[in-house]
Amino acid sequence: MRAFDYARPSTLVEAFELLSAPDGGVKALAGGTDLLVGLRNGAIRPRAVVDLKHIRELAPVIRADKECMSIGANAVLAQLTASEGLRRDYPALVESAAVVGSVQIRHRATLAGNLCNASPAADTVPALLAYGADVVIRGPSGERRVSVDNFVLGPRETVLTAGEIVTTIVLPTPKPGTGAAFARLTRRRGVDLAILSVCCLVDPEGEVRFGLGAVGPRPFLVRDSAAAVVSSTAAEQFAALVAKASPITDVRASHDYRQAMITVLARRTLAAAIERSSWVSP
Amino acid sequence: MSSRRLVTLSVNGREHEFDVLVHRPLLEVLREDLGLTGAKECCAVGECGACTVLVDGLTVNSCLMLAVEADNRQITTIEGLTPGESLSPLQDSFLAHGAVQCGFCIPGMIVSAQFLLDSNPSPTASEINEGLAGNLCRCGGYKRMLRAVEAITEPEA
Repeated sequence: MRAFDYARPSTLVEAFELLSAPDGGVKALAGGTDLLVGLRNGAIRPRAVVDLKHIRELAPVIRADKECMSIGANAVLAQLTASEGLRRDYPALVESAAVVGSVQIRHRATLAGNLCNASPAADTVPALLAYGADVVIRGPSGERRVSVDNFVLGPRETVLTAGEIVTTIVLPTPKPGTGAAFARLTRRRGVDLAILSVCCLVDPEGEVRFGLGAVGPRPFLVRDSAAAVVSSTAAEQFAALVAKASPITDVRASHDYRQAMITVLARRTLAAAIERSSWVSP
Repeated sequence: MSSRRLVTLSVNGREHEFDVLVHRPLLEVLREDLGLTGAKECCAVGECGACTVLVDGLTVNSCLMLAVEADNRQITTIEGLTPGESLSPLQDSFLAHGAVQCGFCIPGMIVSAQFLLDSNPSPTASEINEGLAGNLCRCGGYKRMLRAVEAITEPEA
């Protein structure tokens, strides 16, 4: 591995300064399960790495607040899958966290890191989209809050500017009677990246939201407040999802296969989400 | 900001102080500086699990962790799982079931399987599969490993 410098700030203010380097040659380190791969194979060649794990404001805490659930930036995926509050209220997010990498990876990889890495195939992002999650960002010029939908701009690209750090991911409390489910396709069951992933959420009034991953330059959200997705005929049922997708052909699957499987996973996750919801088809 | 850092690694119950180059992976320090060659380097991307060790009681891929990140934390390698020359019931079960072929993956496999059993003493077959999904065996001896783990999850006679 090429040499680099390392810093371990204990406050956000220190971290802002370290990460504000104008040359962009400084990388933030949380769980390291993506960063270290890049460092080791030379894809990333930073001058310095800033370890965020000792910053109090980023503490790995999952906390139920009034009408929301807050997940601290250093919370690892194994904490998500073990959290009773998340399992009860956000089962599709837990399902997505449970398929990231392996046990070893989930002991280190953070939810915030999965989001900030901005992979088009990030497993947890479709669920964050479906649940309407927000990202709390702090930086040299203060705090701002953006939706997950507006946070990821494209492959490896987010709205974060130099010096900014994600501190918390905030999930609004779902309406009582909401159901949601996650599914993904991979070539093999073990450690693998998604061919595509879908999270579907159905609320008690029949509003349907789909978060889709690995079928476009970034995971995206399709909302259907009129329940048209659910009630229209099978042939055109998921046309809105397919229309918004722009899957590529790569080592994992072809464009055509991904395109075809959108409908399949959408149908499966919709059925599972309805089953878990109190919504009754009119 | 520095290229070296003084760290304290507690490995298998013994404390070691290192002035370590910050870009060195924990695995490299364990193997080259401490001579603990049980954990192996193989894929270097977090897929194969041959480098699995426990950090503060949790399995991690030590190839994807910097030694500086392990500062002041408790590390247990395969060498530290059992005292002296003795074998654990899990290791005995691996031998009894012929689950060890070339052996390269076994240290990581044992660490993962022991973590699984410690956190869930009666795992189902699918929980064992899931628990060991981050450990690849190039010989393909998964069935015997599964049986070896299953064998010691059965209630004692």
